[in-house]
Amino acid sequence: MEGLTLSDAEQKYYSDLFSYCDIESTKKVAANGRVLELFRAAQLPNDVVLQIMELCGATRLGYFGRSQFYIALKLVAVAQSGFPLRVESINTVKDLPLPRFIASKNEQESRHAASYSSDSENQGSYSGVIPPPPGRGQVKKGSVSHDAVQPRTSADQQEPASPVVSPQQSPPASPHTWRKHSRHPSGGNSERPLAGPGPFWSPFGEAQSGSSAGDAVWSGHSPPPPQENWVSFADTPPTSTLLPMHPASVQDQTTVRTVASATTANEIRRQSSSYDDPWKITDEQRQYYVNQFKTIQPDLNGFIPGSAAKEFFTKSKLPILELSHIWELSDFDKDGALTLDEFCAAFHLVVARKNGYDLPEKLPESLMPKLIDLEDSADVGDQTGEVGYSGSPAEAPPSKSPSMPSLNQTWPEMNQSSEDTAIVHPVPIRMTPSKIHMQEMELKRTGNDHTNPTSPLLVKPSDLSEENKINSSVKFASGNTVDGYSSSDSFTSDPEQIGNNVTRQRSHSGTSPDNPAPPPPPPRPQPSHSRSSSLDMNRTFAVTTGQQQAGVVAHPPAVPPRPQPSQAPGPVVHRPVDADSLITHTSTSPQQIPEQPNFADFSQFEVFAASNVNEEQEDEAEKHPEVLPVEKASDPASSLRVAKTDSKSEEKTAASAPANVSKGTTPLAPPPKPVRRRLKSEDELRPEVDEHTQKTGVLAGVLTSQPPLPRSVGKDKKAIQASIRRNKEANTVLARLNSELQQQLKDVLEERISLEVQLEQLRPFSHL
Amino acid sequence: MAVCVAVIAKENYPLYIRSVPTENELKFHYMVHTSLDVVDEKISAMGKALVDQRELYLGLLYPTEDYKVYGYVTNSKVKFVMVVDSSNPALRDNEIRSMFRKLHNSYTDVMCNPFYNPGDRIQSRAFDSMVTSMMIQVC
Repeated sequence: MEGLTLSDAEQKYYSDLFSYCDIESTKKVAANGRVLELFRAAQLPNDVVLQIMELCGATRLGYFGRSQFYIALKLVAVAQSGFPLRVESINTVKDLPLPRFIASKNEQESRHAASYSSDSENQGSYSGVIPPPPGRGQVKKGSVSHDAVQPRTSADQQEPASPVVSPQQSPPASPHTWRKHSRHPSGGNSERPLAGPGPFWSPFGEAQSGSSAGDAVWSGHSPPPPQENWVSFADTPPTSTLLPMHPASVQDQTTVRTVASATTANEIRRQSSSYDDPWKITDEQRQYYVNQFKTIQPDLNGFIPGSAAKEFFTKSKLPILELSHIWELSDFDKDGALTLDEFCAAFHLVVARKNGYDLPEKLPESLMPKLIDLEDSADVGDQTGEVGYSGSPAEAPPSKSPSMPSLNQTWPEMNQSSEDTAIVHPVPIRMTPSKIHMQEMELKRTGNDHTNPTSPLLVKPSDLSEENKINSSVKFASGNTVDGYSSSDSFTSDPEQIGNNVTRQRSHSGTSPDNPAPPPPPPRPQPSHSRSSSLDMNRTFAVTTGQQQAGVVAHPPAVPPRPQPSQAPGPVVHRPVDADSLITHTSTSPQQIPEQPNFADFSQFEVFAASNVNEEQEDEAEKHPEVLPVEKASDPASSLRVAKTDSKSEEKTAASAPANVSKGTTPLAPPPKPVRRRLKSEDELRPEVDEHTQKTGVLAGVLTSQPPLPRSVGKDKKAIQASIRRNKEANTVLARLNSELQQQLKDVLEERISLEVQLEQLRPFSHL
Repeated sequence: MAVCVAVIAKENYPLYIRSVPTENELKFHYMVHTSLDVVDEKISAMGKALVDQRELYLGLLYPTEDYKVYGYVTNSKVKFVMVVDSSNPALRDNEIRSMFRKLHNSYTDVMCNPFYNPGDRIQSRAFDSMVTSMMIQVC
């Protein structure tokens, strides 16, 4: 750098300043923070300061060496005198006054100045400055506007301590507070006022050191206090006076001395602590806020009510919108009142805003109240969701129809007795496992079925069976429509579907009416049964023969949706479900049949029946030796058929048809040995059986042809076959019952639909 | 995804209305306005005696071919109306309920602000950000 010639006064002054800035005592580098503070205190525009920094080479070097510092100071003086900033002007400008820095800095420097002024004429002039105003006019060497100085002094005296905000802007109580302090400049009180600016200085200083001086600094860091302070001080025209020192009063000098160290210490501390966090509240600030809090609410652990806080902050003259935003940020627990922490945060934000600092969108970390638990007020789980899923299968009151009660009575027995067996002996039959699974999955996915227990079905009490039957039939109906899953959707009449949909809508609070139809309920059946049965069946069939397997596999039972009731005949049911449904359709149940595509496969089924029945019988016998109540020896097929009727509503499987048909082809008169007819509906079955006689004949024929085969296998097979037959009988019976119930359900649903329509029509007039 | 959210005061003037800006906003404003009638009808249908039991969530007010309008009313007769895009098939009722719940909570927070005068337009940034999150979320 070009040589810098300094006058003695300048030399001394500069070196003092440098040592002031040289907090680390390196003797080489002036701390950027201090330097920036200093420059700010020079009351120069930011761009000028930037320019100075560039010129002196500090920006290039990244630090202020002593030479850079001196040059910078000289440039400050140049700028303050109004000369254009140029490097050459460092040495060319003659009689440059010492750079003038304002505020408590100045007080510090005034101290220095005082010492300096005593040394030379320049300093003499300053000494003139130091004593009370009158002497100042004579002293100044430059074009000092002592007038400016004088008011400044007074202003300074008056407001050395409105560090936080300019007096007119400060919160209501603050001016008073501060003035009190200002009136006692001497002594320790002034420490407070100085400490006030201090916090702002230091963060500001850091701000500046963090970035090049300029507006960027302001925005990036804590409120730029010096500006504000200076503003307050500068009611009197600042003038680029040549006064190097702020003409602080002598009183201030003493206080300055005492304070300077404190300030320095504070600044150092603050520099280190708040460097990273521009929003941090310094101790002095916090103390101030606490005092303010006390004026409103003496209890520090108490709250400030919203109205009181509103008045308090309204005095800061910020626009309501901003105050509203500040409130939102600071009222952490959203209780409409401010705790001490919240109040301090709000106050700090107000101060920041007043100093030109933009409000953050979220509360800064350092301002967050520590004691408050973070609450997610908007956190509302979808607890209402999934209401129906696990639900209450008990929605379809079984007792609706006259015939139901009897069925109810019968069902429990069946179920109870069969449950164990059902569970214990998973049905070996493979009944359209895929379909069952799919339907189950559908149920689970939709989760809005109030009546859809899937696997739990097995364990459900008998009361469920009724509902299950009904519901499943309902669901299957709708499900069929929606999914196009089962080919048996044709089976469900439109009204039923509508009823189902309507029912769904009403029963499911969560269902959007716009949904075309509630997701098809998975066929309720013995989910575990079906699955296990399918697996078992597969295994079983695999054991036996390929043909048989093929036969079985070929028609995965369309859907043994049927629930408990069919559990007893369970094993048998699953397999023959489809067949049964087919058969029943063809034979008796008025509801189901005609539409079932299964019929198409009937013939195939018959063919299969011959080959498969034996296998199934064997398997069933193995698996369910004693299960089935139906003891019709002669018709495993009938039981199959029963099972089929159970699932008739949901089946869609053509594939399963053949098998089912075969199984179901024994419509049979009521099983010859209804040993454990859990199904009291034997009587009912009888009529059904009669209806199915034709089928029976066919099936019987088929069956009769079958027995010889297994018997030839071995004696133990006979037992198995017997049990199989029993199971099948039970299946048939159950299937019949199912069909009856479904019919009833359909009727009921239709009634319901009509009622609802009437209600809708009447509703608009209800509140007139 | 909510395409329009509106908060209507007791006297049926809007405290806050905001739409996804891509659409013709006037259309949404009109839909909200017409939905007020439906809201009133549903409220009155309850009857005086049932005020306490009355559920805040009103459900689907009316559907159009593109949109569905849902309603929610607080005990102080402040109404929330939400217009939702019909093209989103999986938007469940429970989700709508939770959205209304969030709206209600945010509205309560706004009310708690002592600087907010009831009856003023809602200009809270927190409320805005919450509504924005709702408008973007569910897609």
